Amino acid sequence: MEQDGGCEREGLKVTRREFLITGATSVAVIALPSTASAQDPGAARPAFSKVSFQVNGQTRALELDTRTTLLDALRETLHLTGTKKGCDHGQCGACTVIAGGRRINSCLTLAVMHEGDSITTIEGLGQPGNLHPMQAAFVKHDGFQCGYCTPGQVCSAVAVLDEIKAGIPSHVSADLTKAPQATEAELRERMSGNICRCGAYSNIIEAINEVGGSRA
Amino acid sequence: MKAFTYERARSPADAAAAAAHIQGAKFIAGGTNLVDLMKLEIETPAHLIDVNGLALDKIEPTADGELRIGALVRNTDLAADQRVRRDYPLLSRALLAGASGQLRNKATTAGNLLQRTRCPYFYDTNQPCNKRQPGSGCSAIGGFSRQHAIVGMSNACIATHPSDMAVAMRALEARVETVGADGRTRVIPIAELHRLPGDTPHIETTLANGELITAVTLPKPIGGTHIYRKVRDRASYAFALISVAAVIQRDGNGRVALGGVAHKPWRVEAAEAALPRGAKAVADRLLADAQPTHDNAYKRKLVERTLDSVLAEGKA
Repeated sequence: MEQDGGCEREGLKVTRREFLITGATSVAVIALPSTASAQDPGAARPAFSKVSFQVNGQTRALELDTRTTLLDALRETLHLTGTKKGCDHGQCGACTVIAGGRRINSCLTLAVMHEGDSITTIEGLGQPGNLHPMQAAFVKHDGFQCGYCTPGQVCSAVAVLDEIKAGIPSHVSADLTKAPQATEAELRERMSGNICRCGAYSNIIEAINEVGGSRA
Repeated sequence: MKAFTYERARSPADAAAAAAHIQGAKFIAGGTNLVDLMKLEIETPAHLIDVNGLALDKIEPTADGELRIGALVRNTDLAADQRVRRDYPLLSRALLAGASGQLRNKATTAGNLLQRTRCPYFYDTNQPCNKRQPGSGCSAIGGFSRQHAIVGMSNACIATHPSDMAVAMRALEARVETVGADGRTRVIPIAELHRLPGDTPHIETTLANGELITAVTLPKPIGGTHIYRKVRDRASYAFALISVAAVIQRDGNGRVALGGVAHKPWRVEAAEAALPRGAKAVADRLLADAQPTHDNAYKRKLVERTLDSVLAEGKA
Protein backbone atom coordinates (compact mmCIF):
# COMPACT_ATOMS: atom_id res chain seq x y z
CA MET A 1 0.00 0.00 0.00
CA GLU A 2 3.04 2.23 -0.31
CA GLN A 3 2.28 3.37 -3.83
CA ASP A 4 -0.31 6.00 -4.37
CA GLY A 5 -2.85 5.43 -7.09
CA GLY A 6 -2.48 7.57 -10.19
CA CYS A 7 -5.13 8.84 -12.54
CA GLU A 8 -4.86 9.88 -16.16
CA ARG A 9 -7.21 12.42 -17.67
CA GLU A 10 -7.02 14.44 -20.88
CA GLY A 11 -3.42 13.43 -21.47
CA LEU A 12 -2.29 14.83 -18.11
CA LYS A 13 -1.01 12.21 -15.71
CA VAL A 14 -1.12 13.36 -12.13
CA THR A 15 -0.57 10.94 -9.28
CA ARG A 16 -2.91 11.23 -6.36
CA ARG A 17 0.07 12.17 -4.22
CA GLU A 18 1.06 15.08 -6.45
CA PHE A 19 -2.53 16.20 -6.68
CA LEU A 20 -2.90 16.22 -2.90
CA ILE A 21 0.38 18.05 -2.37
CA THR A 22 -0.67 20.74 -4.84
CA GLY A 23 -4.06 21.03 -3.17
CA ALA A 24 -2.58 21.22 0.31
CA THR A 25 -0.08 23.89 -0.71
CA SER A 26 -2.71 26.21 -2.08
CA VAL A 27 -4.78 25.81 1.07
CA ALA A 28 -1.80 26.42 3.35
CA VAL A 29 -1.08 29.78 1.75
CA ILE A 30 -4.59 30.99 2.48
CA ALA A 31 -4.54 29.61 6.01
CA LEU A 32 -1.41 31.43 7.22
CA PRO A 33 -2.26 32.91 10.65
CA SER A 34 -2.31 36.67 10.25
CA THR A 35 -1.82 37.50 13.92
CA ALA A 36 1.05 35.10 14.52
CA SER A 37 3.56 37.92 14.77
CA ALA A 38 1.63 39.53 17.60
CA GLN A 39 2.37 36.49 19.76
CA ASP A 40 5.91 35.97 18.59
CA PRO A 41 8.16 35.80 21.65
CA GLY A 42 11.22 36.13 19.41
CA ALA A 43 12.14 33.89 16.56
CA ALA A 44 14.39 31.13 17.85
CA ARG A 45 16.75 29.26 15.55
CA PRO A 46 15.77 25.73 14.60
CA ALA A 47 17.20 23.16 17.00
CA PHE A 48 18.16 19.65 15.99
CA SER A 49 18.16 16.49 18.05
CA LYS A 50 19.18 12.90 17.44
CA VAL A 51 16.71 10.07 17.80
CA SER A 52 16.80 6.39 16.99
CA PHE A 53 13.80 4.10 16.71
CA GLN A 54 12.67 0.99 14.88
CA VAL A 55 10.23 1.37 12.02
CA ASN A 56 8.73 -1.86 10.71
CA GLY A 57 11.59 -3.81 12.24
CA GLN A 58 14.36 -1.62 10.85
CA THR A 59 16.47 0.65 13.06
CA ARG A 60 16.44 4.26 11.87
CA ALA A 61 18.85 6.79 13.35
CA LEU A 62 17.84 10.35 12.50
CA GLU A 63 18.82 13.89 13.29
CA LEU A 64 15.72 16.03 13.14
CA ASP A 65 14.48 19.54 13.71
CA THR A 66 12.86 19.11 17.13
CA ARG A 67 9.57 20.34 15.66
CA THR A 68 9.25 17.30 13.40
CA THR A 69 6.21 15.22 14.26
CA LEU A 70 6.45 11.46 14.07
CA LEU A 71 4.09 11.70 11.09
CA ASP A 72 6.39 14.06 9.19
CA ALA A 73 9.46 11.97 10.06
CA LEU A 74 7.76 8.88 8.62
CA ARG A 75 6.51 10.59 5.48
CA GLU A 76 9.07 13.28 4.68
CA THR A 77 12.30 11.83 6.10
CA LEU A 78 11.75 8.08 5.75
CA HIS A 79 9.45 8.37 2.72
CA LEU A 80 6.93 5.96 4.21
CA THR A 81 3.99 7.74 2.65
CA GLY A 82 1.43 5.06 3.49
CA THR A 83 0.67 6.92 6.72
CA LYS A 84 -1.51 9.87 5.77
CA LYS A 85 -1.74 13.45 6.96
CA GLY A 86 -5.40 14.35 7.22
CA CYS A 87 -6.30 17.09 9.69
CA ASP A 88 -2.85 17.18 11.37
CA HIS A 89 -4.65 17.94 14.67
CA GLY A 90 -5.58 14.52 16.04
CA GLN A 91 -9.18 14.74 14.95
CA CYS A 92 -9.36 12.40 11.96
CA GLY A 93 -7.10 9.40 12.70
CA ALA A 94 -5.62 9.17 9.17
CA CYS A 95 -2.13 9.31 10.71
CA THR A 96 -2.70 6.36 13.06
CA VAL A 97 0.37 4.14 13.53
CA ILE A 98 1.20 1.52 16.13
CA ALA A 99 3.97 2.54 18.56
CA GLY A 100 5.07 0.11 21.25
CA GLY A 101 2.06 -2.06 20.37
CA ARG A 102 -0.41 0.80 20.78
CA ARG A 103 -2.20 2.88 18.20
CA ILE A 104 -1.47 6.59 18.39
CA ASN A 105 -1.99 9.72 16.31
CA SER A 106 1.45 10.23 14.77
CA CYS A 107 0.61 13.88 14.04
CA LEU A 108 0.36 14.74 17.75
CA THR A 109 3.69 13.40 18.88
CA LEU A 110 7.21 14.65 18.24
CA ALA A 111 9.60 12.25 16.57
CA VAL A 112 12.36 13.02 19.09
CA MET A 113 10.11 11.69 21.87
CA HIS A 114 10.25 8.18 20.40
CA GLU A 115 13.82 7.20 21.29
CA GLY A 116 14.02 3.38 21.36
CA ASP A 117 10.40 2.92 20.31
CA SER A 118 9.19 0.25 17.94
CA ILE A 119 6.82 1.67 15.35
CA THR A 120 4.63 -0.20 12.89
CA THR A 121 3.13 1.63 9.93
CA ILE A 122 0.77 0.34 7.28
CA GLU A 123 3.81 -0.70 5.21
CA GLY A 124 4.91 -2.91 8.10
CA LEU A 125 1.54 -4.62 8.44
CA GLY A 126 1.48 -5.91 4.89
CA GLN A 127 2.54 -5.34 1.31
CA PRO A 128 0.87 -5.94 -2.05
CA GLY A 129 0.92 -9.71 -2.55
CA ASN A 130 1.31 -10.30 1.16
CA LEU A 131 -1.55 -8.41 2.76
CA HIS A 132 -2.26 -8.38 6.46
CA PRO A 133 -5.59 -10.16 7.10
CA MET A 134 -7.11 -6.79 8.02
CA GLN A 135 -6.01 -5.25 4.72
CA ALA A 136 -7.42 -8.23 2.82
CA ALA A 137 -10.71 -7.91 4.70
CA PHE A 138 -10.94 -4.18 3.88
CA VAL A 139 -10.49 -5.05 0.19
CA LYS A 140 -13.03 -7.87 0.34
CA HIS A 141 -15.68 -5.76 2.09
CA ASP A 142 -15.06 -2.49 0.21
CA GLY A 143 -14.03 -0.81 3.44
CA PHE A 144 -13.11 2.40 1.62
CA GLN A 145 -13.87 4.63 -1.34
CA CYS A 146 -11.13 7.21 -1.82
CA GLY A 147 -8.75 5.27 0.43
CA TYR A 148 -7.14 8.26 2.14
CA CYS A 149 -8.23 7.27 5.66
CA THR A 150 -7.65 3.56 5.02
CA PRO A 151 -4.07 3.12 6.33
CA GLY A 152 -5.13 4.77 9.59
CA GLN A 153 -8.34 2.73 9.71
CA VAL A 154 -6.41 -0.52 9.20
CA CYS A 155 -3.74 0.27 11.81
CA SER A 156 -6.45 1.31 14.24
CA ALA A 157 -8.54 -1.80 13.57
CA VAL A 158 -5.59 -4.14 14.14
CA ALA A 159 -4.86 -2.42 17.46
CA VAL A 160 -8.55 -2.39 18.45
CA LEU A 161 -8.72 -6.18 18.28
CA ASP A 162 -5.55 -6.38 20.41
CA GLU A 163 -7.08 -3.99 22.94
CA ILE A 164 -10.20 -6.13 23.24
CA LYS A 165 -8.04 -9.27 23.65
CA ALA A 166 -6.07 -7.46 26.37
CA GLY A 167 -9.36 -6.80 28.22
CA ILE A 168 -9.32 -3.02 27.89
CA PRO A 169 -12.90 -1.78 28.38
CA SER A 170 -14.66 0.92 26.33
CA HIS A 171 -17.38 3.50 26.79
CA VAL A 172 -20.01 0.99 25.65
CA SER A 173 -18.82 -1.97 27.75
CA ALA A 174 -21.86 -2.70 29.91
CA ASP A 175 -19.98 -4.33 32.79
CA LEU A 176 -16.55 -3.01 33.73
CA THR A 177 -15.78 -6.12 35.78
CA LYS A 178 -16.09 -8.43 32.76
CA ALA A 179 -13.82 -8.89 29.76
CA PRO A 180 -15.10 -6.94 26.73
CA GLN A 181 -16.28 -8.77 23.60
CA ALA A 182 -15.70 -7.73 19.99
CA THR A 183 -19.33 -6.88 19.33
CA GLU A 184 -20.34 -4.47 16.59
CA ALA A 185 -21.19 -1.80 19.17
CA GLU A 186 -17.74 -2.20 20.73
CA LEU A 187 -16.00 -1.99 17.36
CA ARG A 188 -17.93 1.14 16.36
CA GLU A 189 -17.15 2.92 19.62
CA ARG A 190 -13.48 1.95 19.54
CA MET A 191 -13.08 3.09 15.92
CA SER A 192 -14.58 6.54 16.58
CA GLY A 193 -11.15 8.20 16.35
CA ASN A 194 -10.94 7.32 12.66
CA ILE A 195 -13.10 9.47 10.44
CA CYS A 196 -14.05 8.34 6.92
CA ARG A 197 -15.40 11.22 4.87
CA CYS A 198 -16.63 8.80 2.18
CA GLY A 199 -18.73 7.12 4.85
CA ALA A 200 -17.53 3.54 4.40
CA TYR A 201 -18.18 2.84 8.08
CA SER A 202 -20.55 -0.10 7.72
CA ASN A 203 -18.12 -1.90 5.40
CA ILE A 204 -15.20 -1.10 7.68
CA ILE A 205 -17.07 -2.74 10.55
CA GLU A 206 -17.83 -5.75 8.31
CA ALA A 207 -14.11 -6.08 7.57
CA ILE A 208 -13.05 -5.87 11.23
CA ASN A 209 -15.82 -8.30 12.15
CA GLU A 210 -14.51 -10.84 9.70
CA VAL A 211 -11.01 -10.67 11.16
CA GLY A 212 -11.81 -10.65 14.82
CA GLY A 213 -15.44 -9.88 15.60
CA SER A 214 -17.37 -11.89 18.16
CA ARG A 215 -19.62 -13.20 15.37
CA ALA A 216 -16.64 -14.10 13.13
CA MET B 1 5.50 25.87 14.99
CA LYS B 2 8.15 27.98 16.74
CA ALA B 3 11.57 26.41 17.15
CA PHE B 4 12.47 25.02 20.57
CA THR B 5 15.26 23.13 22.24
CA TYR B 6 14.57 19.74 23.76
CA GLU B 7 15.80 17.68 26.69
CA ARG B 8 14.84 14.42 28.37
CA ALA B 9 14.40 14.87 32.12
CA ARG B 10 16.39 12.64 34.47
CA SER B 11 14.38 13.06 37.67
CA PRO B 12 11.19 14.87 38.72
CA ALA B 13 13.17 17.35 40.85
CA ASP B 14 15.61 18.06 38.01
CA ALA B 15 12.70 18.57 35.64
CA ALA B 16 11.00 21.02 38.01
CA ALA B 17 14.23 22.96 38.56
CA ALA B 18 14.92 23.14 34.83
CA ALA B 19 11.36 24.28 34.09
CA ALA B 20 11.65 27.10 36.62
CA HIS B 21 15.08 28.30 35.48
CA ILE B 22 14.94 28.01 31.71
CA GLN B 23 13.07 30.86 30.05
CA GLY B 24 9.98 29.68 28.20
CA ALA B 25 10.35 26.03 29.27
CA LYS B 26 7.42 23.62 29.35
CA PHE B 27 6.97 19.99 30.29
CA ILE B 28 5.78 17.58 27.65
CA ALA B 29 4.25 14.19 28.45
CA GLY B 30 1.63 12.69 26.10
CA GLY B 31 1.75 15.83 23.99
CA THR B 32 -1.72 15.32 22.54
CA ASN B 33 -2.85 18.81 23.54
CA LEU B 34 0.47 20.67 23.69
CA VAL B 35 1.77 19.64 20.25
CA ASP B 36 -1.52 20.70 18.69
CA LEU B 37 -1.38 24.10 20.42
CA MET B 38 2.26 24.49 19.34
CA LYS B 39 1.32 23.91 15.71
CA LEU B 40 -1.20 26.72 16.00
CA GLU B 41 1.41 28.84 17.85
CA ILE B 42 -0.97 29.30 20.73
CA GLU B 43 1.73 27.66 22.84
CA THR B 44 5.25 28.77 21.92
CA PRO B 45 7.67 27.11 24.36
CA ALA B 46 11.35 27.91 23.78
CA HIS B 47 12.38 24.68 25.48
CA LEU B 48 10.63 21.36 26.04
CA ILE B 49 11.38 19.07 28.97
CA ASP B 50 10.28 15.56 28.04
CA VAL B 51 9.17 13.86 31.27
CA ASN B 52 8.13 10.56 29.67
CA GLY B 53 11.27 8.77 30.86
CA LEU B 54 10.55 9.47 34.54
CA ALA B 55 9.31 6.41 36.42
CA LEU B 56 5.93 7.92 37.23
CA ASP B 57 3.84 5.34 35.39
CA LYS B 58 2.76 3.00 38.21
CA ILE B 59 -0.60 2.58 39.94
CA GLU B 60 0.10 1.47 43.51
CA PRO B 61 -2.01 0.92 46.62
CA THR B 62 -0.78 2.86 49.66
CA ALA B 63 -0.49 1.48 53.19
CA ASP B 64 -3.67 3.41 54.07
CA GLY B 65 -5.79 1.63 51.47
CA GLU B 66 -5.64 4.52 49.01
CA LEU B 67 -4.64 4.25 45.38
CA ARG B 68 -1.71 6.28 44.07
CA ILE B 69 -1.67 6.94 40.34
CA GLY B 70 1.61 8.04 38.78
CA ALA B 71 1.44 11.26 36.76
CA LEU B 72 2.49 9.42 33.59
CA VAL B 73 -0.07 6.61 33.77
CA ARG B 74 -1.80 6.70 30.39
CA ASN B 75 -5.55 7.25 30.29
CA THR B 76 -6.01 3.79 28.70
CA ASP B 77 -4.11 2.06 31.51
CA LEU B 78 -5.89 3.97 34.25
CA ALA B 79 -9.33 3.19 32.80
CA ALA B 80 -8.40 -0.50 32.39
CA ASP B 81 -6.82 -1.00 35.82
CA GLN B 82 -8.75 -3.72 37.68
CA ARG B 83 -8.65 -1.84 41.01
CA VAL B 84 -10.00 1.32 39.38
CA ARG B 85 -12.73 -0.64 37.59
CA ARG B 86 -13.74 -2.35 40.84
CA ASP B 87 -13.35 0.44 43.42
CA TYR B 88 -13.56 3.67 41.41
CA PRO B 89 -15.65 2.80 38.33
CA LEU B 90 -16.64 6.47 38.10
CA LEU B 91 -13.07 7.22 37.06
CA SER B 92 -12.92 4.43 34.48
CA ARG B 93 -16.22 5.57 33.00
CA ALA B 94 -15.13 9.21 32.79
CA LEU B 95 -11.85 8.29 31.09
CA LEU B 96 -13.55 6.01 28.58
CA ALA B 97 -16.04 8.75 27.74
CA GLY B 98 -13.19 11.04 26.72
CA ALA B 99 -11.25 11.42 23.45
CA SER B 100 -10.46 8.44 21.20
CA GLY B 101 -8.56 5.19 21.68
CA GLN B 102 -5.48 6.68 20.02
CA LEU B 103 -5.50 9.75 22.26
CA ARG B 104 -6.12 7.78 25.47
CA ASN B 105 -3.09 5.65 24.64
CA LYS B 106 -0.86 8.74 24.78
CA ALA B 107 -2.64 11.10 27.19
CA THR B 108 -1.36 11.01 30.76
CA THR B 109 -3.02 11.51 34.13
CA ALA B 110 -1.25 14.81 34.85
CA GLY B 111 -1.55 16.03 31.27
CA ASN B 112 -5.28 15.38 31.31
CA LEU B 113 -5.62 17.61 34.38
CA LEU B 114 -3.55 20.35 32.74
CA GLN B 115 -5.12 20.30 29.27
CA ARG B 116 -6.37 23.63 28.01
CA THR B 117 -9.87 24.70 27.11
CA ARG B 118 -11.36 23.87 23.70
CA CYS B 119 -13.09 27.26 23.47
CA PRO B 120 -13.08 27.92 19.71
CA TYR B 121 -12.00 31.53 20.26
CA PHE B 122 -8.96 30.35 22.25
CA TYR B 123 -8.03 28.32 19.17
CA ASP B 124 -8.76 31.07 16.64
CA THR B 125 -5.67 33.27 16.63
CA ASN B 126 -7.50 35.90 14.59
CA GLN B 127 -9.86 36.61 17.49
CA PRO B 128 -9.23 38.34 20.80
CA CYS B 129 -8.94 35.96 23.76
CA ASN B 130 -7.90 36.90 27.29
CA LYS B 131 -6.67 33.39 27.95
CA ARG B 132 -4.40 33.38 24.90
CA GLN B 133 -3.43 37.06 24.95
CA PRO B 134 -4.17 38.65 28.32
CA GLY B 135 -6.02 41.93 28.01
CA SER B 136 -7.13 41.40 24.41
CA GLY B 137 -10.78 40.72 25.30
CA CYS B 138 -13.16 37.77 25.23
CA SER B 139 -14.75 36.88 21.92
CA ALA B 140 -17.01 34.25 23.44
CA ILE B 141 -18.90 36.85 25.46
CA GLY B 142 -21.36 38.10 22.87
CA GLY B 143 -20.12 35.48 20.41
CA PHE B 144 -21.19 31.91 19.84
CA SER B 145 -21.28 30.54 23.37
CA ARG B 146 -23.29 27.36 23.11
CA GLN B 147 -20.47 25.27 24.60
CA HIS B 148 -19.39 27.74 27.26
CA ALA B 149 -19.57 28.06 31.03
CA ILE B 150 -22.73 28.95 32.92
CA VAL B 151 -21.24 29.21 36.41
CA GLY B 152 -18.05 30.60 37.91
CA MET B 153 -17.11 32.62 34.87
CA SER B 154 -15.99 36.24 34.77
CA ASN B 155 -16.20 39.25 32.47
CA ALA B 156 -12.81 38.17 31.13
CA CYS B 157 -13.54 34.53 30.22
CA ILE B 158 -16.41 32.06 29.92
CA ALA B 159 -14.36 29.03 28.81
CA THR B 160 -14.91 25.57 30.26
CA HIS B 161 -12.42 22.97 31.40
CA PRO B 162 -12.61 20.11 28.89
CA SER B 163 -11.59 17.12 31.04
CA ASP B 164 -13.91 14.25 31.91
CA MET B 165 -11.32 12.57 34.14
CA ALA B 166 -10.96 15.64 36.35
CA VAL B 167 -14.72 15.74 37.00
CA ALA B 168 -14.65 12.16 38.31
CA MET B 169 -11.55 12.91 40.38
CA ARG B 170 -13.30 15.93 41.90
CA ALA B 171 -16.19 13.73 43.02
CA LEU B 172 -13.72 11.16 44.36
CA GLU B 173 -11.79 13.90 46.24
CA ALA B 174 -8.45 13.03 44.70
CA ARG B 175 -5.24 14.70 45.87
CA VAL B 176 -2.57 15.96 43.49
CA GLU B 177 1.07 15.45 44.49
CA THR B 178 3.76 17.73 43.13
CA VAL B 179 7.44 18.54 43.33
CA GLY B 180 8.57 22.14 43.11
CA ALA B 181 11.62 23.83 41.64
CA ASP B 182 13.25 23.76 45.09
CA GLY B 183 12.75 19.98 45.29
CA ARG B 184 10.00 20.22 47.91
CA THR B 185 6.88 18.13 47.54
CA ARG B 186 3.34 19.15 48.39
CA VAL B 187 -0.21 17.81 48.16
CA ILE B 188 -3.04 19.83 46.59
CA PRO B 189 -6.69 18.78 46.96
CA ILE B 190 -8.07 18.58 43.43
CA ALA B 191 -10.69 21.18 44.36
CA GLU B 192 -7.83 23.66 44.72
CA LEU B 193 -5.82 22.74 41.62
CA HIS B 194 -7.89 24.56 39.01
CA ARG B 195 -8.72 28.25 39.32
CA LEU B 196 -11.77 30.17 38.24
CA PRO B 197 -10.92 32.67 35.49
CA GLY B 198 -11.41 35.96 37.36
CA ASP B 199 -9.28 38.71 35.79
CA THR B 200 -6.47 36.28 34.90
CA PRO B 201 -7.95 33.47 32.80
CA HIS B 202 -4.48 32.68 31.40
CA ILE B 203 -3.49 31.42 34.87
CA GLU B 204 -5.41 28.17 35.08
CA THR B 205 -3.98 26.32 38.06
CA THR B 206 -2.45 27.00 41.47
CA LEU B 207 0.81 25.31 40.45
CA ALA B 208 3.94 27.42 40.92
CA ASN B 209 6.43 28.12 38.14
CA GLY B 210 8.21 24.83 37.38
CA GLU B 211 6.04 22.75 39.75
CA LEU B 212 5.58 19.23 38.36
CA ILE B 213 2.67 16.90 39.11
CA THR B 214 4.08 13.52 40.16
CA ALA B 215 0.97 11.58 41.19
CA VAL B 216 -2.74 11.70 41.93
CA THR B 217 -3.99 9.78 44.97
CA LEU B 218 -7.53 8.50 45.32
CA PRO B 219 -8.80 8.22 48.92
CA LYS B 220 -10.15 4.87 50.15
CA PRO B 221 -13.07 3.53 48.12
CA ILE B 222 -16.43 4.91 49.26
CA GLY B 223 -18.68 2.27 47.68
CA GLY B 224 -22.03 3.31 46.22
CA THR B 225 -23.20 3.30 42.63
CA HIS B 226 -20.83 5.15 40.32
CA ILE B 227 -22.28 6.86 37.26
CA TYR B 228 -20.60 9.15 34.74
CA ARG B 229 -23.14 10.52 32.27
CA LYS B 230 -21.78 12.63 29.43
CA VAL B 231 -24.09 14.51 27.09
CA ARG B 232 -22.52 15.52 23.80
CA ASP B 233 -23.32 16.34 20.19
CA ARG B 234 -22.36 12.88 18.93
CA ALA B 235 -22.23 9.51 20.64
CA SER B 236 -18.44 9.22 20.73
CA TYR B 237 -15.28 11.31 20.44
CA ALA B 238 -16.73 14.71 21.37
CA PHE B 239 -16.34 17.05 24.31
CA ALA B 240 -19.13 17.28 26.85
CA LEU B 241 -21.91 19.81 26.56
CA ILE B 242 -22.48 18.87 30.18
CA SER B 243 -21.51 15.83 32.19
CA VAL B 244 -22.58 14.48 35.58
CA ALA B 245 -20.25 12.45 37.79
CA ALA B 246 -22.16 10.88 40.66
CA VAL B 247 -21.62 8.42 43.48
CA ILE B 248 -25.00 7.48 44.92
CA GLN B 249 -25.25 5.60 48.22
CA ARG B 250 -28.04 3.24 49.18
CA ASP B 251 -29.58 5.76 51.59
CA GLY B 252 -29.94 8.29 48.76
CA ASN B 253 -27.00 10.43 49.81
CA GLY B 254 -23.96 10.85 47.63
CA ARG B 255 -21.69 13.15 45.68
CA VAL B 256 -22.19 15.02 42.42
CA ALA B 257 -19.75 16.94 40.23
CA LEU B 258 -20.46 18.56 36.87
CA GLY B 259 -18.35 18.92 33.74
CA GLY B 260 -18.85 21.31 30.84
CA VAL B 261 -20.40 24.07 32.94
CA ALA B 262 -17.41 25.92 34.41
CA HIS B 263 -13.72 26.75 34.18
CA LYS B 264 -13.08 23.80 36.51
CA PRO B 265 -14.90 20.64 37.57
CA TRP B 266 -17.97 21.99 39.35
CA ARG B 267 -18.92 20.62 42.73
CA VAL B 268 -20.85 22.33 45.53
CA GLU B 269 -20.74 20.04 48.56
CA ALA B 270 -23.71 21.83 50.19
CA ALA B 271 -25.89 20.91 47.19
CA GLU B 272 -25.43 17.22 47.94
CA ALA B 273 -27.56 17.51 51.10
CA ALA B 274 -30.48 17.98 48.70
CA LEU B 275 -29.88 14.64 46.93
CA PRO B 276 -32.72 12.80 48.72
CA ARG B 277 -35.09 15.54 47.50
CA GLY B 278 -34.30 14.92 43.86
CA ALA B 279 -32.56 16.39 40.83
CA LYS B 280 -34.21 19.79 40.75
CA ALA B 281 -33.29 20.59 44.33
CA VAL B 282 -29.67 19.59 43.71
CA ALA B 283 -29.38 21.37 40.35
CA ASP B 284 -30.92 24.55 41.78
CA ARG B 285 -28.26 24.62 44.45
CA LEU B 286 -25.38 23.59 42.17
CA LEU B 287 -26.27 26.27 39.65
CA ALA B 288 -27.66 28.89 42.06
CA ASP B 289 -25.25 31.52 40.73
CA ALA B 290 -25.54 30.52 37.08
CA GLN B 291 -25.44 33.33 34.52
CA PRO B 292 -25.95 31.54 31.23
CA THR B 293 -25.84 33.32 27.90
CA HIS B 294 -28.66 33.14 25.39
CA ASP B 295 -26.78 30.35 23.59
CA ASN B 296 -26.08 28.12 26.58
CA ALA B 297 -29.12 28.64 28.79
CA TYR B 298 -30.15 25.12 27.76
CA LYS B 299 -27.35 23.72 29.93
CA ARG B 300 -29.26 24.52 33.10
CA LYS B 301 -32.19 22.32 32.14
CA LEU B 302 -29.86 19.72 30.67
CA VAL B 303 -28.02 19.41 33.99
CA GLU B 304 -31.29 18.93 35.87
CA ARG B 305 -32.63 16.32 33.44
CA THR B 306 -29.34 14.42 33.24
CA LEU B 307 -29.06 14.44 37.01
CA ASP B 308 -32.64 13.17 37.25
CA SER B 309 -31.75 10.27 34.98
CA VAL B 310 -28.56 9.56 36.93
CA LEU B 311 -30.41 9.54 40.27
CA ALA B 312 -33.03 7.17 38.89
CA GLU B 313 -30.27 4.84 37.72
CA GLY B 314 -28.53 5.18 41.08
CA LYS B 315 -31.64 4.00 42.91
CA ALA B 316 -32.34 1.10 40.54
